[in-house]
Amino acid sequence: MAELVAVIASTHHPFYYKTSTAPEEERPPFAAEWISKIENFRETLTRARPDVLVMVGSDHFHQLWLDNMPQFLVGKAPVYDANWYNEEREFGLPRMRLAGDEAFSQHILREGLDAGFDLAFSNELRIDHSVTCPIITLRPQADLPIVPIYTNIFAPPLPQPKRFVQLGKTIRELVESMPGNQRVAVIGTGHLSLELGGPRQFGPTGPDPEFDRKAVEWIASGDIEGCLAEVTLESLHKPGNATHGFMDFMLMMGVAGEGAKADYTETVDLFHTMEAYFTWYPKGASSL
Amino acid sequence: MSKYLVNKFLYTVDRDPDLVQRYRDDPAGTVAWWETEKANEILNCVTQEKSTWLAFEDEERDALVAQDHVTLFELGAHPFLTLTLFIAMFEHDHEPLGYVKAYAERMAHISLPYPDIAT
Repeated sequence: MAELVAVIASTHHPFYYKTSTAPEEERPPFAAEWISKIENFRETLTRARPDVLVMVGSDHFHQLWLDNMPQFLVGKAPVYDANWYNEEREFGLPRMRLAGDEAFSQHILREGLDAGFDLAFSNELRIDHSVTCPIITLRPQADLPIVPIYTNIFAPPLPQPKRFVQLGKTIRELVESMPGNQRVAVIGTGHLSLELGGPRQFGPTGPDPEFDRKAVEWIASGDIEGCLAEVTLESLHKPGNATHGFMDFMLMMGVAGEGAKADYTETVDLFHTMEAYFTWYPKGASSL
Repeated sequence: MSKYLVNKFLYTVDRDPDLVQRYRDDPAGTVAWWETEKANEILNCVTQEKSTWLAFEDEERDALVAQDHVTLFELGAHPFLTLTLFIAMFEHDHEPLGYVKAYAERMAHISLPYPDIAT
């Protein structure tokens, strides 16, 4: 069976690519610290020597739309084009092309349906920055096949937070039941407190540093129960109107498991959001 | 209310560079053209299969023509769509972060709970 060698949860900041590739004299003052932290974070994936990346992200109204919105969708294509015109326009992201792993996608779909998740699928999914940002930060050579899984954190009605945790637990079971001997990393990205298009956007910190502090603690300590006790679809509006992306972190807590302490935790406070990076090694760091 | 159609306008314009420029240069003309020609096109379907019933409410049409992001927010338009399109149209006229900070300041009177964005 496949081996789950790393579980990684991260924010996905579309400005990192531009920040890290700009000439040094044009970089913002926080660039050096950010780049250094990302390079340390990248090493946590590199040392796990994965063969395939199961990538959890969320389409930002690039391809999935209100005429036919799936709650959870698995890409099952041999190739994924990535990044969109309006991501080039706003963030300077490059067009990318990533290999898929159709057999792995098919396994997630078949077994995921049988496990009780009515998963949608796409044979022509174009990936956006929720997946390409962690490729840029963690695997910039973009040389590994991916299995994309998209969640709806964006277009109400949304699934409940506990459903994200349940899906995370199921994804772990599906990875570990995949025939073969691939080394698998599951990587998911979301947000801490975040506001977009509202009165609290682009402040000197994220809109709710207290929520961020609690959220980092929940994730780093694997406190799924404590997190679920405080977080609801309604409460997630309070720390910022885009904070529902935190549910993708909750999904990754489900992959890591109740009480699983992260082997690596790092944060960096940018001007309008807190970035956060977590890595778990399911069999212990010494097993790698 | 036809929040879906407001979002559909923002979505379809934002993803097309020619339409972004056209909406910036001629908001009234673009909104009128779009409502007549494009509003009832079903995405991913051939045009012969158009729907027949989608139209803006007057206040929605007025807000789009005025490019009034505050009113669009108050009407329940998806804030990510409004923001990303308006950044495309106007951010390059301002110093870095100047536009998005001013965008927020114009909404300072709005407090929680925010308008419902469900469609």
